[in-house]
Amino acid sequence: MRPGGWMEALGGFPRGLEDDLLARTRSRRLDFLAFSSCFPVAPGPVRRMDPAPSAVRLTVREAIHTLSSSDDCGLILHTLRFLKRYLGETEDPALPEEQEEFATVHFSAFLRCLVRKLSPVWLELSPDGQLEELWDSFFLKGPADQAFLVLMEALEGTAGPSFCLMKMAQLLANFLSQRRVAALMEEQCRPQKKPGFPLLQETLLSKVVGLPDHLGNRLQQDNLALFYPQNYFPLLGEEVVRVLQGIVDALRGGLDCSVSFVSRVLGKICIQGRQKEILDVLVPQLTALTQGSCLWQRVCWRLMEQVPDRTMEAVLTGLIEAATGRPEVLSRLLGNLVVKSKKAQFVMTQKLLFLQYQHKTRMLQSLLGYLAMDSQRRPLLVQALKELLQTWGSSSAVRHAPLAQQQYLSAAILICLAHLREPELRDSQDELLASMMAGVKCHLDSSLPTVRRLGMIVAEVISSRIHCEGPALKFQYEDDELSRELLALATPRTEGSSPIEAGGPSPAPTASETLAKTMDDGVKSANGSVPQAGPQGSDSDRDSDDEFIPYDMSGDKELKSNKAPLYVRDCLEVLTSSEDMECWEAALRALEGLVYRSPEATLEVSVELAKVLLHLEERTYVSGFEGLRRRALVAVVVTDPVRVAEYLISQFYALNYSLRQRLDILDVLTLSAQELSRPGHLKRSPQQVSCGSGAPVLATSQPDHTAGSGWRAVVEERIRSKTRRFSKGFPWRELLSSPNEFNSVAGYFFFPLIRHFDRPLVTFDLLGDDQLVLGRLTHTLGALMYLAVNTTVVVSMGKALLEFVWALRFHADIYVRRGLLSAVSSILLSVPAERLLGDLCDELLEARSWLADVAEKDVDEDCREQAVRALLLLERLKDRLPPLSH
Amino acid sequence: MEPLIADASFWPECFGCCNNVTGDCTLPGMAVPVPQPPPDPQFVLRGTQSAVNALHFCRGAQAQGCPLLFSGCQRGLVHIWSLQTRRAVATLDGHGGQSVTWLQMLPQSPQLLSQGRDLRLCLWDLAEGRNAVVDAVCLESVGFCRSSVLAEGQARWLLAVPGKGSDEVQILEMPSKTSVCTLKPEADAKPGMPMCLRLWQAQSSPHLLLLAGYEDGSVALWDVCGRKVCSRVSCHEEPVMGLDFDSQKARGVSGSAGKALAVWSLDGQQALQARSSHQLPNPGISDVTIRPDRKILATAGWDHRVRVFHWRTMKPLAVLDFHSASVHCVAFATDGLLAAGSKDQRISIWSLYQRV
Repeated sequence: MRPGGWMEALGGFPRGLEDDLLARTRSRRLDFLAFSSCFPVAPGPVRRMDPAPSAVRLTVREAIHTLSSSDDCGLILHTLRFLKRYLGETEDPALPEEQEEFATVHFSAFLRCLVRKLSPVWLELSPDGQLEELWDSFFLKGPADQAFLVLMEALEGTAGPSFCLMKMAQLLANFLSQRRVAALMEEQCRPQKKPGFPLLQETLLSKVVGLPDHLGNRLQQDNLALFYPQNYFPLLGEEVVRVLQGIVDALRGGLDCSVSFVSRVLGKICIQGRQKEILDVLVPQLTALTQGSCLWQRVCWRLMEQVPDRTMEAVLTGLIEAATGRPEVLSRLLGNLVVKSKKAQFVMTQKLLFLQYQHKTRMLQSLLGYLAMDSQRRPLLVQALKELLQTWGSSSAVRHAPLAQQQYLSAAILICLAHLREPELRDSQDELLASMMAGVKCHLDSSLPTVRRLGMIVAEVISSRIHCEGPALKFQYEDDELSRELLALATPRTEGSSPIEAGGPSPAPTASETLAKTMDDGVKSANGSVPQAGPQGSDSDRDSDDEFIPYDMSGDKELKSNKAPLYVRDCLEVLTSSEDMECWEAALRALEGLVYRSPEATLEVSVELAKVLLHLEERTYVSGFEGLRRRALVAVVVTDPVRVAEYLISQFYALNYSLRQRLDILDVLTLSAQELSRPGHLKRSPQQVSCGSGAPVLATSQPDHTAGSGWRAVVEERIRSKTRRFSKGFPWRELLSSPNEFNSVAGYFFFPLIRHFDRPLVTFDLLGDDQLVLGRLTHTLGALMYLAVNTTVVVSMGKALLEFVWALRFHADIYVRRGLLSAVSSILLSVPAERLLGDLCDELLEARSWLADVAEKDVDEDCREQAVRALLLLERLKDRLPPLSH
Repeated sequence: MEPLIADASFWPECFGCCNNVTGDCTLPGMAVPVPQPPPDPQFVLRGTQSAVNALHFCRGAQAQGCPLLFSGCQRGLVHIWSLQTRRAVATLDGHGGQSVTWLQMLPQSPQLLSQGRDLRLCLWDLAEGRNAVVDAVCLESVGFCRSSVLAEGQARWLLAVPGKGSDEVQILEMPSKTSVCTLKPEADAKPGMPMCLRLWQAQSSPHLLLLAGYEDGSVALWDVCGRKVCSRVSCHEEPVMGLDFDSQKARGVSGSAGKALAVWSLDGQQALQARSSHQLPNPGISDVTIRPDRKILATAGWDHRVRVFHWRTMKPLAVLDFHSASVHCVAFATDGLLAAGSKDQRISIWSLYQRV
């Protein structure tokens, strides 16, 4: 092929190429029987060996001459009708060899001539439309590939909008709706020996697939609905089914066919992102057709195998999506493609399992179900499970992969496990167990609760499957939607519709039985205290139970003995030394109220009390122990903020505390700061205490009827109704205003806490293993910053916090980064704008570029979102900020 | 006497809404609804300034137009509360500062009986705004046993009071104060002190009967005329603290210092039979009362709670958790209003399962 030959091919069949084709046709070998039986051309080429131009050539040349020079309608019609003989459609067709010659050599040149002649005036030569009909028929009846190419070429070359353009678009629409594309593709499926055939196919391929784009560009506003992608590709899907039907018929007739062109069309459409349009048509039809037909299945398998590697991923993804929830359909359509094609294997066992985590779990189920359905594919499933577990168990993946991907991986593992049977797992038991152990460790190390829970769930399921003997691994985690969904994936599903059929009739009676039983029980228990209900029931005053609906009695618990101490000091003593557990519990419950009620007494023992509470252990089961202890500690801190906060922070950085205690300290500091900064907290506390001891039900259920507010409202309403006002402003309510109690102590909370984070102890290394505490510390600092709004120390706090953030900005742990981002946001919210710009300008600029980086590149969605929020807060200051220097 | 009317603490206790608490939730035929949260008291009477030991609603003709509630307290005072103004209209002081343990209105005349720990049982005349002691009976028992009265419309009425001996019950004919008989258990029975009494006469029979709960946890039915125990049923482990009897259904209920609420019945041969026992989460029932329409019953618990049960089925209906100390007494008005008096010096008034 000459360089640039494809350009000519794209432009149709220019002269040189036609001759070239002709020359090669002559040397065509005839050993391909199947082909020759389709195309009876036997003696032709031999005769055309002589150099004299054939009769066909002369006729065509003459016809072209007539068309281009004559305006005589009768002559033109006659010429066209004469040529039509070569298409074999008339009652007096030309000789087969002449037809063949016309089709291969002269047809496209003649069509181009027709296109050139096209104009409204020319068509009007025959007012009865005969000419137009003849003109159309050449395109619609002649060889489809050439007609299509000429038509597309003409559409490309015609300036629009014009009559010719619209006429040809209309013709193309007819071409499509008369199913000529099927003919075109079917032609390409026959064994071809034509020279330049690959080039032709390539051109056809790009024109067929790119039709909507070409036409859209060409016709702009005047585009026809048929050429819209959403209409065109489904049509193409229908055509593909028709072609495949033709191929199946041909194969039944003993003819050889190739589906590679169809595969390429399919691939090209899919890689252009039109999977959904075509496969939504194709898959249901193929599903129906392949049911029970081996031939159809083989054609389908072949179709998929012939898809070029480049487009394999797009096709497979689309296919699996279209067949979601039906692995048996996938199995029918794909066969053992995954074993035969390296690319398909890569896509299905690597890309879709590990990387394309945006897909739904149902798709994973059908993919893995497909792998599990055939014995040849099952080794791949085992292999996939091993690799999945390896990734799941790698600490780097746990640390750096996005959460969604980790969930996807976990779901894939659980589905694999559900499909695999005991013997298959046993072979690789050790390997799986090792990966699981490593994985559990790094998942439980994570500071994100979701990751920890994923680790627990997956580990539970794996251990129950591969390690049946011995006690089952059981973690304590809260049952939520995620865990239920994942556990549901892990239960092996029985094949096909058997569960429905088996479960259909039988559960119904059992359900009604149990219902009846429970109702009986209910009646029995209602009458339980009166065994002889019969005579009772006949009482004249038998009342219906409907009017006696029980109230909620869930609060009816055993009354704790009233041993609660009445003084803070007594409480302290009981908590430290009492052996009486009831007394101890009562003291713990009473402590918060006592502290709020007697601040003076608390001040005397505050640090001691904090120490006791910090070290308090749950000696006996007390419901809500953690909350009680935390609230009591908060009360102590609120009462004596400076000393207790100082003590707690010194303990935070001391040796020999558990993680739990350190986290508690941070929580308590945050909550106390919140309490202190709340407006009017001092007024609120005693009221809360009195509610707690008095009538909590009243306090909660009727907040509006409490002390005196009722009559005040009535009085005010009366005054308002009797008062005449000349102007009505916006009704404003006097807000309770009080100084921020946190103002004077914020520094005591903040600075000691931020000071020592980079000094590791033997047992406590914030920058090392204790990243969970570090994460919580960053969140706490952010919260303290936020609560210190309107205080005087806020600027220096902001400065210190920004430096802290800067030092840790590339921390590997997601939870820490989230904390840092929230800290930045709270700085932006708390520090007044003018101070931000005046004192913290440089730091802010640095933070800004970091935020932009995080917003773009962070693996964690939450981090990205928080960074964007912080950037938006920064945007508010943007007008006054100098531009970002690159 | 203190100016109770001026007690400012009274105002906040009027917890608004006097509407029917149960009214809107009881749509018959609905699927099992989410249980409503326990109701709040309709209002609370405060100002006794000591533990409330006895409550009694003014019944019958006297109550027409102005419903009254009597309460007896630890300080020996009897307060008369108007349920309309929700204030004390009068205070009776007749027990020398000793606790008042029992209050009962006589059905025919506007006369109130009050029993105090000063070993006196006073009869007050409340007609036309008077409040004077017109008569008094000296008791000989220092126990906590509440008396019982039977007045079926005659001019003379009977009174059962704890007797001189620690296990005796004395029946007096009033107003002559003549002793009818003394009911003394047989020597080998040893039931301990009587804890609560209930005089009762079946409509059809002339027999005068007395139900008595004893210290050993048994309930005995005495035939007063025969001076013998007809039947005895041991239904509690702990002393019986309170009982009530539904004479139409011939069924009674008793509460004790233990955790059980016992239901027993009386058959045609005047034999008591234990029917069922209902376990409570916390021990101690100081009073049991069946509503006059015999639909529900209420118990006063040492666990600060008033419990409401359906009388026919004994199905628990509500746990009223308002008081902050032991509830000592519960009483029902004829219109169904429930009052509970507690050691925390408050009287809570509830409106439960009332027909409008």
